[in-house]
Amino acid sequence: MSQGKSKDVISITVEFSGGLEMLFSNQRKHILSIPTKDESGEASNVAFLVRYLCEDVMQDNRRELFVLDDTVRPGILVLINDADWQLEGEDKYEIQGGDNIHFLSTLHGG
Amino acid sequence: MALSLPIESTIKSLRYQIASCEAQLQDLRHQLADAENRAHWHTIPFESLSHDMIGGVPGDIQTEFLAVLSQNGERRRYAKAWPLEKHEYKRYGRQLIMPEVGLQGQLRLKTSSVLVVGVGGLGCPAAAYLAGAGVGKIGLVDGDTVEESNLHRQILHSTGRVGMTKVESATVSLTQLNPTGEYLAYSSRLTPDTAIEIFQSYDLILDCTDNPASRYLISDTCVLLGKPLVSASALRTEGQLMVLNSPPRPPGDILGGPCYRCIFPKPPPAESVVSCGDGGILGPVVGVMGVLQALEAIKIITRGIQHPDLICHIDIDKPRFQTNNEMPPNPPEPPSLLLFSAYSNPPFRSIRLRSRKSKCASCSAQAIVTREALTSGSLDYVQFCGIVSPVEALSVSERISVDNYARIRTGTNPITGTEARSDSHTLIDVREKVQFDLCNLEGSINIPFSVVSRTSVFVKGNSAKDVGEEEWVTKMRGLPEKKPIFVICRLGNDSQLAVGKMKELGLDCGGRRWVGDVKGGLKAWRDYVDPEFPEY
Ligand SMILES: [Zn+2]
Repeated sequence: MSQGKSKDVISITVEFSGGLEMLFSNQRKHILSIPTKDESGEASNVAFLVRYLCEDVMQDNRRELFVLDDTVRPGILVLINDADWQLEGEDKYEIQGGDNIHFLSTLHGG
Repeated sequence: MALSLPIESTIKSLRYQIASCEAQLQDLRHQLADAENRAHWHTIPFESLSHDMIGGVPGDIQTEFLAVLSQNGERRRYAKAWPLEKHEYKRYGRQLIMPEVGLQGQLRLKTSSVLVVGVGGLGCPAAAYLAGAGVGKIGLVDGDTVEESNLHRQILHSTGRVGMTKVESATVSLTQLNPTGEYLAYSSRLTPDTAIEIFQSYDLILDCTDNPASRYLISDTCVLLGKPLVSASALRTEGQLMVLNSPPRPPGDILGGPCYRCIFPKPPPAESVVSCGDGGILGPVVGVMGVLQALEAIKIITRGIQHPDLICHIDIDKPRFQTNNEMPPNPPEPPSLLLFSAYSNPPFRSIRLRSRKSKCASCSAQAIVTREALTSGSLDYVQFCGIVSPVEALSVSERISVDNYARIRTGTNPITGTEARSDSHTLIDVREKVQFDLCNLEGSINIPFSVVSRTSVFVKGNSAKDVGEEEWVTKMRGLPEKKPIFVICRLGNDSQLAVGKMKELGLDCGGRRWVGDVKGGLKAWRDYVDPEFPEY
């Protein structure tokens, strides 16, 4: 990682499921080291993580299947440590080391 | 045409005869179930009659009636009415002896009614377990007929019933499984103008459908009528399950459970919704989810459903028969989403969900989804969720029909008079590799659509992930310029998008090389050229 010293990054687990893994090299679980601070020096939150994933992790060109209007598109649930992100402050939740952030596309088949 | 008429009328007449025999059979099955019920009623000892009469007949008439029946004073001493019929103790014995069910739970199941919307991969196992457990009345809603491709997962249907409506086929199976239940079939798709009327006579709803529009409609109707909802879905190797509007309190009451709109205020973009037909589904995966729906339904019913307006138990207010194993009232579980992923470890995970959303369009005090809005048709669920229009990405000159393409592959070119050669062109099949390996046209090259669509057209700066051009692009650039490129897929949608992408990537050599798609894909190929090409 170009960020350099380990104290400037936090290690987290990011998971994709419900088909979203296809946008991320078909890999469900990613262990990532993300910067502790975002572009403007604020503590990295989920909004930053979403931008980071688009810029640095996503290999697929179809960004619209993940983000819409600068946030995750409708139909994707964001789970922070096994809880709906709506319980944790949504995209303003500040990421802690060791967090598990899970992006889940809802299924509709039956 | 004239020659084929007799055979056509034979087919028609046979179809008609089969249909009428099937209808007759169905009627006979109903009669049999009724007769078996009545026969049972006659054979049970008169002692149990007192229970059977409770409800419909005033007490004094009942006493008289019993007195007439029980001429024998000796037998009268043993006269005791059992709350369940004799055969029911036997049939449900294995669950009756569990404290989670017990006598009271079984009576609640018996007097309960559950509506199963969608009689497919979820609805079949769900309805089977509910009927098996002794749910008194099960409604089935589905507008489809049984297809061969349903049978690997839709366990109530059978090979012999392909073509029959799903609700009818399921009714036959359920009646065989448990003839004491009442099964009601609604053989058309759920719509906003029928939903309230159908839902009204049920205690609990199971969402076993396969599209977002139905999911919003079902949730809205459940909130309006105060019915708990067990919702599940599945695709490929994964499943999701939620119990919604439980407890079912009126809109604005924050003690009620969240509804589908609380969790998903906005529907997903229509293009992001993948069906089982396109994405695939493993039978036991959707089966597990349907079974879990039945389980949640049994838990809710045996616990006792509270009606939002009455706040009293839907069935017996107080058991007249003392039960020793009565469970303390279980509080409803906090809202959660259960995830199942067959190939992950652990395969099950439970996610904590939010409670009711204070601005929910359906279940909050400011709800805009009202009974009037629903019945007047002002809520267009299909439009709300969007529809994927057929892809029309290419011009006429960029497309070729399957007939013309067939002539290019075999036979003599009608214009040039030259013999067709399979190496006169390049055929690219953009289906995913698994599908390509199932069946393909000889000489075709597989470049999966997922690979084509993820390829970026613009070369970015010196970011670490820029590893140069994708291999398939380089390979295609190397193909001889004079050979046209035909792109084919399953149905003729992806092939158009792939052609667009290839042109963006400059694979048409600035117009010198023809790149286009085969209209209608391999489906059209099978329909118009080669009926032997496998359908899957
Ligand atoms: Zn709601």
